[in-house]
Amino acid sequence: MADPMRIRAGLSGDTTTVRVLMSHPMEPGTRKDASGATIPAHFIKDVEATHNGKSVLKAMFSGSVSQNPFLSFKFKGGAKGDKVVVKWTDNKGESRTDEAAIA
Amino acid sequence: MKSTRRDAIKTTGAFATLVSLGIITQAQANAAVTHDSFQAKTLQDALKAIGGQAATSDQVSVVSPDIAENGAVVPVGATSKLPNTTEIYLIVEKNPTPLSCGFMIPAGTEADVQTRLKMGQSTNVIAVVKADGKLYSATKETKVTLGGCGG
Repeated sequence: MADPMRIRAGLSGDTTTVRVLMSHPMEPGTRKDASGATIPAHFIKDVEATHNGKSVLKAMFSGSVSQNPFLSFKFKGGAKGDKVVVKWTDNKGESRTDEAAIA
Repeated sequence: MKSTRRDAIKTTGAFATLVSLGIITQAQANAAVTHDSFQAKTLQDALKAIGGQAATSDQVSVVSPDIAENGAVVPVGATSKLPNTTEIYLIVEKNPTPLSCGFMIPAGTEADVQTRLKMGQSTNVIAVVKADGKLYSATKETKVTLGGCGG
């Protein structure tokens, strides 16, 4: 199981800004190790963020997103204390779900 | 040229064969972006996978540094002021697979995303935005001091 995500969700006015830091190696599958063998691809493919069960962002990543991907987005309609849930799935089928309350 | 029913069947059949052989993928046939689209090796293929050429628009902006010291972690963002923006794609032109990531923006979410990308060398970063079913783009050049794709 991968390490937990760090999620911050802050409300300013009527806009909620969500910042997510995922913990993932994001191997593109093009790099080679010291002995010349290709390092197999291992990266997050899908990210979905939901607020009160409603999808607020879907993202598709490839191997060219940096290691430990950072993602920031804004949505309207959040209230203090609401839960924002973020889930990612990688190309090996692993997934992780974390949540944070809007502050 | 006389177009008969038989001809129509032939054409349809040929198209289906191309799809089944993998010469053109289902994604290209439908112009819908799937994970296969991210395998595109050239800028043209990447744009084709998204749905064709995009018109340049000053309502779209791409935020990327002028000079990135470390190509492995380059902060890149995109915003769109166009109404009904539903999708945002980030393309790094000179990467081995230029299409880097895509975002689906539901109603209520602002067309304003930021992330961090890898860049192999100095390159143009292109944000392609789909608004009201049409494509718009913005381009920004980023110079990379140390590439982030090699070994």
